[in-house]
This record gives sequence, structure tokens and C-alpha cells, in this order.
Amino acid sequence: MGIISRGFSGRRRAHDENLPPGQYLTEGFPVLSAGPTPRIQLEEWEFTITTEAGDVHRWDWTAFRQLPADEFTVDLHCVTRWSKLGTSWEGVSLETLFADVDTAADYALVHSYGGYTTNLPVDDLLDGKAWVAYRYDGEELAPEHGGPARLLVPHLYLWKSAKWVRGIALSHSDEPGFWESAGYHNYGDPWREQRYWGD
Amino acid sequence: MATVVRVRSLNARARSILLDVPGWPGHDAGQHVDVRLTAPDGYTAVRSYSIASATGGQQVELAVEELPNGEVSPYLTRELIVGDRIEVRGPVGGWFVWRPEQREPIQLLAGGSGVVPLVAIARSRSAALSAAPMQLLYSVRDPDSLLFGPELADLSAGDSLRVTYAYTRYAPAGYGRPPGRVDAKLIAAETLPVDSAPTCYVCGPTGFVETVATLLTDVGHDPARIRTERFGPTGGQR
Repeated sequence: MGIISRGFSGRRRAHDENLPPGQYLTEGFPVLSAGPTPRIQLEEWEFTITTEAGDVHRWDWTAFRQLPADEFTVDLHCVTRWSKLGTSWEGVSLETLFADVDTAADYALVHSYGGYTTNLPVDDLLDGKAWVAYRYDGEELAPEHGGPARLLVPHLYLWKSAKWVRGIALSHSDEPGFWESAGYHNYGDPWREQRYWGD
Repeated sequence: MATVVRVRSLNARARSILLDVPGWPGHDAGQHVDVRLTAPDGYTAVRSYSIASATGGQQVELAVEELPNGEVSPYLTRELIVGDRIEVRGPVGGWFVWRPEQREPIQLLAGGSGVVPLVAIARSRSAALSAAPMQLLYSVRDPDSLLFGPELADLSAGDSLRVTYAYTRYAPAGYGRPPGRVDAKLIAAETLPVDSAPTCYVCGPTGFVETVATLLTDVGHDPARIRTERFGPTGGQR
């Protein structure tokens, strides 16, 4: 425990066991991104998975939307300390997208329209833990929230859930992404409060 | 651990807090810190605040605007006094920063208290005696809501920082433009031209940043040279 802040009592919220340490609840849906919101035409949209051998698996919007989809409800935790619980989404599980991908790679580097990147272990994408999501709360995903489609990896801090996702490159080596190169934790587990380098 | 060495009002709702931070590693203009407050029973609350001071030394100036129903900001703007000690962690953030070795023209665009990290950038340019052209477009509700007005006046007088104020609700008497939000016309008239290829730094509430970043890309600025930082009561910062 740190030093006591003289005269500070704070405003205790009812304890919520779904709230990771250092987070507070929000009812809104804040927007945080490092640059302008890209505008992507659906007829130009594509999503690719590129293996460590250079094999490219490619879906255009029509093919992507014909894949079996999940409706799911998850909690979101942003490294800037807000959490939003019980958000409802529709999207395609990475497990489904990886069904025909032949890979032994351990690491994934996710690329977005607009140039954003983020890295994470392949294991964190599989077993129904991650999706490429295109509907939020019953509506098409708005551009400022990552539409037409964003990655969603809700068990990690939200910067890993790349907005405007366009592809995943698989590799045997771990390459830091945008925020991971700019002072933020390489893995980003909210329950272990892995916010910054050194956490 | 930081010690408060000076507090002063910036306007009716905002305050500058100067901290002495032994062992401060230095920061880049545009970065922020996490401030942690601890209650007697161990309850803690942490919020991020932008650094307003230029890099250098072991003193760090924060600017805090009080949020209605805020948990941390009212303590910092009302309770905190010189000699108090608070925990700070940082500096944090390696993207929304300006470094003196950048030579290209810089366009700063601030909405409300989003001006704070941009003040740090303007001060750092002045401290570094940088010749990089720099302009600030500062969208603010009214003259009473300005932050660092006198400092910006000094920077524009002495260091050729061009500052344009865009009042959204009430403009001072004699001000040439009716109050209103930043629009394409104002961007065209009061920001650096596209062909000078400036790096643009946009900081403010989400709605401001979305609008301004779109206006900048619409007139032809390369999205890769537009850096944004959003905040708000539910937006993370402050």
C-alpha cells in the first residue's frame, strides 16, 4: 500500500467480482485510437491469415459473412481503466477462421486498415477466445468502434482487440505491435494488471 | 513519490500542480502520468493526467480540470496543498509525443482541456530553440475556459508560435468570428497547408477529435501524419 493521501476518502463502488484490479465501470462506450478513423468500403474489404510459410488465406466480405457466426456477450477492459461489462456482439470465431490454416507458429501480428498493429500469442486467438466481430448491440459495428469488422480478444486489454482488422501474420518470433512498442505491456492481462512495460 | 511544490488556478475549474519528483527520468512532450490516491483504509483510485511542462529537470507540471462528479479531479483541484505527497507513475505514452529532433512543420489542434499536452509540445519547442514551424488551433467554450492563455500569448509573441482561438459558445468582444465549432472553412484559413506536410496533433474530447481528424483527412492530410489523443469523463484520460 502506498502513502495515505491526506483528506482523500474516495468513492467506493459496490465490489464487482467481474472488475479487474484498478478498473472502474462505465456505461458509455469510450473511443480511443491513435489516429483518424479509416473509412473502408465493403467491396474493398478483405481479411487474410498469412502463415509462417507464406500461405495466404483470404476472405472478401461476402465470403466472410457466409462463415458460421457466434453471438456472444463479453466484458471489455481498457488499459485507460474503464471496463464495460456484458457487451453483446456477433462475429466469426478465430477458431473457425483457422480451421483450414496449417501452422505451427506461436505468435500472431494483427494488422489493421490505417496501419495499426498489435501482437499476441496464437493460443490466445484459439479455443473460442477471440472473434472478428461485425455487429455490436444488434447494429452494424460503427466505424469509430472498428467497423466494418474488428478483432475482439476480451480476455486481454482492449488495445489487443484491433479495430478495422485486415489480417493476421503468423510467425515463430514475437514482434511487438504499435502500443507494445510505445510503452505498453507485451501481453496485457487485465487480471494481472499488465498495463505498461515492467508490469 | 512526488511532492507538491506549487499550485495555482488556471481558470475557475482547473488548476496547475507543480510536482517535485526525485529521480524523474525525464519525459517527452505529450506524455502523461498516472496519479494514485490512497484512502486511510487502503482504497486507491488512479487516473491519468497530461504533463503540461517541457521536458527537463525533476519537476513536472500537471493541469487538472475538475469533472462534475469526479472522484480524483475534485481532490486534486480543491484539497491538495503545497507539501502534500502523492504517488505518480510515468511518464507514460510513446506515440502522442513531439521530440526536438523533429524538423517538420507541426499543426496542433486542441479541444478544451485537450490543450494541455499541446502546451507541453509548444513549450518544448521553445525550450529547444527549435525552428520547426508550429501553429495551434485551440477550440474552447469561451474566454473564461482558456487554459494557459498567458503562457500561449508569451509563446506566440516570443517564439512565433501562431495561435488561433476558436470559441464555440461565447467570443470576446471584437473577436472576428462568430462562436461555433471548428469547420472546414476554419481549417482551411487557420491551419498549416497540406503541401507543407505537417504532422498534426489532435487532442480533445472524442467528438472533437473525430470531427477534426476527418476534416484534416478530407482536405488531403496523410492519415499517417495525424496523431490523436481522446479523453473525456468516460474516455480514459483525466
